[in-house]
Amino acid sequence: METAITILTGLFFATSIYLMLSRHIIRILLGVAILGNAVNLTIFTNGRITREAPPIIPDHAAVPEGVIANPLPQALVLTAIVISFSFFAFLLVLVFRSYQEIGTDDTDEMREAEPRDEPAPPLGY
Amino acid sequence: MRTLIFRTVAPYLASLMILFSIFVLLRGHNEPGGGFIGGLIAASALAIYGIAFGVSPVRRAIRFHPMALSGFGLFLAAIAGILSFFSGVPFLTGLWIYPSIFGVDLALSTPMLFDIGVYFVVFGAITSTALALEERERD
Amino acid sequence: MAGKTDYHVDLAQALVLKAPAAADYLVVAPLVIGFLFGAICLMSRKNTDRQPYIAIAGLVLMLAADLGLFWHVWQNGTVVMTMGRWLPPFGITFAADMLGATFALTAGIVGLAGGVYALRDVGRTGRRYGFYPFLLLMMAGVTAAFLTGDIFNLYVWFEVLLISSFGLLILGSEREQLDGATKYAFLNLIATTLFLLAVAYLYGTFGTLNMADISRKAAKMRETGPLFTIAVLFLFAFGMKAAAFPVNFWLPASYHTPRIVVSALFAGLLTKVGVYALLRVFLMLFPVERDMLAGTIAIIAGATMVLGAMGALAQNDIRRMLGYLVISGIGMMLAGLALGSETGLTGAVFYAVHSMVVMTALYFLAGIVGRRMNGFSLATAGGLYSQAPWLAGIALVLLLSVSGLPPFSGLWAKVYLVKASLDVGAWWLAFSILLTGLLTTIAVGRTFAFSFWRERQADDGEGSEAPAGTSGFVTASLVALTALTVAAGLYPEPLIQVSDRIASELLAPAGYVDTVFPPQGPQQTEVQSQQ
Repeated sequence: METAITILTGLFFATSIYLMLSRHIIRILLGVAILGNAVNLTIFTNGRITREAPPIIPDHAAVPEGVIANPLPQALVLTAIVISFSFFAFLLVLVFRSYQEIGTDDTDEMREAEPRDEPAPPLGY
Repeated sequence: MRTLIFRTVAPYLASLMILFSIFVLLRGHNEPGGGFIGGLIAASALAIYGIAFGVSPVRRAIRFHPMALSGFGLFLAAIAGILSFFSGVPFLTGLWIYPSIFGVDLALSTPMLFDIGVYFVVFGAITSTALALEERERD
Repeated sequence: MAGKTDYHVDLAQALVLKAPAAADYLVVAPLVIGFLFGAICLMSRKNTDRQPYIAIAGLVLMLAADLGLFWHVWQNGTVVMTMGRWLPPFGITFAADMLGATFALTAGIVGLAGGVYALRDVGRTGRRYGFYPFLLLMMAGVTAAFLTGDIFNLYVWFEVLLISSFGLLILGSEREQLDGATKYAFLNLIATTLFLLAVAYLYGTFGTLNMADISRKAAKMRETGPLFTIAVLFLFAFGMKAAAFPVNFWLPASYHTPRIVVSALFAGLLTKVGVYALLRVFLMLFPVERDMLAGTIAIIAGATMVLGAMGALAQNDIRRMLGYLVISGIGMMLAGLALGSETGLTGAVFYAVHSMVVMTALYFLAGIVGRRMNGFSLATAGGLYSQAPWLAGIALVLLLSVSGLPPFSGLWAKVYLVKASLDVGAWWLAFSILLTGLLTTIAVGRTFAFSFWRERQADDGEGSEAPAGTSGFVTASLVALTALTVAAGLYPEPLIQVSDRIASELLAPAGYVDTVFPPQGPQQTEVQSQQ
């Protein structure tokens, strides 16, 4: 089970890095979103995978009966999903706004903050 | 998108979803659900309303600016933490009271207060993002 | 809800049963105050006249809490509180040692100065876009990052301060800002995601996220766990956050675009959070791996500081020059981390505190200069000395301080760092520190000469003569920060003592671990029985 998910995680990472290498900001955004999912899967796998044993303590007991799934990675992943979701929403708005304002989504053309023809500092009085 | 059918259905759908979001929020203490998912449902309700009628009716409908709602949620969450100071327990410890209203024992707790705070934070933040995006599409 | 308890549960195994001392709440006080007042500011966003006062009140209270915490830690050692009454490592621990308390205190000072400066610098529209709420949330995030004792929680605070910094960065949404913010946002988000990746492997290896817990278990895991890989991942992620050399290009692309007060706070606080995380993780969790990586970190440090200073030399825009100086300063702190000796760490911590104050003050200064000159370009700068001699005095102090010349605070940190490098025979590192000092002096000296000594340039629109006088709030915050660097330069003894104690605490993390996990506690026996 771990092996299969590890391979899947590797594919996620490969996809995200490929997308992030693009010059187009929207692809980079998709790459970042997939990177977040890849990392979430990594956390999940790192917590050791147990199938069909929810971490719930039955009413009559004080401790879980037998082996249960590790609840902590689920909490971590949930937190990370929430955060990456809100970041994705924010970045989507940001990318959209900057595309509207600057008129390009090519990172090589986005030179508003660092203009190409910026003068060198004066060399004398 | 703004067909007659959609515009007729949207208000009912939105109000149902808001109701459902509160149900999910309150259910969340012991069963699947909670503030985050409740807030998302409520935000999508407003998004649907916004798609059907435009952004300004939504802004009028919720009266407060979505970010102010977010702030309110943050405030509730912070209060839920601070109460622990007055009870002499470490920060964010769950505190419970069981008032009896009309003969029904009601379990109120700081985790619930915190969860309601989360609900408002998510609701406000996502709504303001969604409205910003919808607003841009129009012009 | 507690159900029917017909079985016996020993709560002492998992819960703190006695009430914490009132002073322990100081650990969480700064961030609670930040969130509370940030929330109030968010709720009163329409009321742009009242909002600043709420925010300033919040920042003052935060500073007071930081001060109280600092004093408490200085007197009684590390303070610990674990959330939700759980015992560590079950609950999220907040632990303030000297390092965290000192950084939090400095951040509190810088944040308050920023809030005061913004009273005039950020107008009604900026307030409506939410400057003050974002400022308070960012301050809460920064302070909490300094105080948390849980590595996943550190990630959460990184994200909190990151998202509020996005909000601050795009305040006003001008073209330049959107461009800068896009680069800043993407690269920082990738950095924090890589941090999360490192946390994932840390969790997979140790099964715990409490830093003290990891610290005491690291020795046993060293043979079996991939600790070196995790350490390298952390170095990469935090290096990116701290703007260390090959991954620093987001900083000069974005730091000059927002409002000047935002740049000032970013320069003072955000990169330092990365440095703090590096110090914390490498000295407490991975001391052995740090020794193995020392050479690499030293090369990164040298490259960061020298290339940062060279970048500063090549800039025409004063704000961009300052951006490169921030990077150069990060190199100094990394040099201390690379050396890893007590002297080196003292220097690094001293430099970090110095840099937080001075870089913020420099951006404030640039704001005043830019307003008086109608722009930040060196080519058109000039004539400020005749306009405002007092400003020239302050500028000289700050510029000398950042290049590390006596008698200001930058000097002492560099003395320590050079001494530490020579102690271990790393003459080239000492040389790069001195070379950086020289290049920085040239860069800032040129800025001073052009903007203050040179006559007013003709092409500077004469029509806009007599620019608005500098307001009292702006001057007050600038003067206060400048006074701090002068004080720390003329009488460095207290700060050196603090830095020295931080360095010795960092080199012996057992003290921190023992505070989180007291040796004679019920939890200790439980751990032993597990082993």
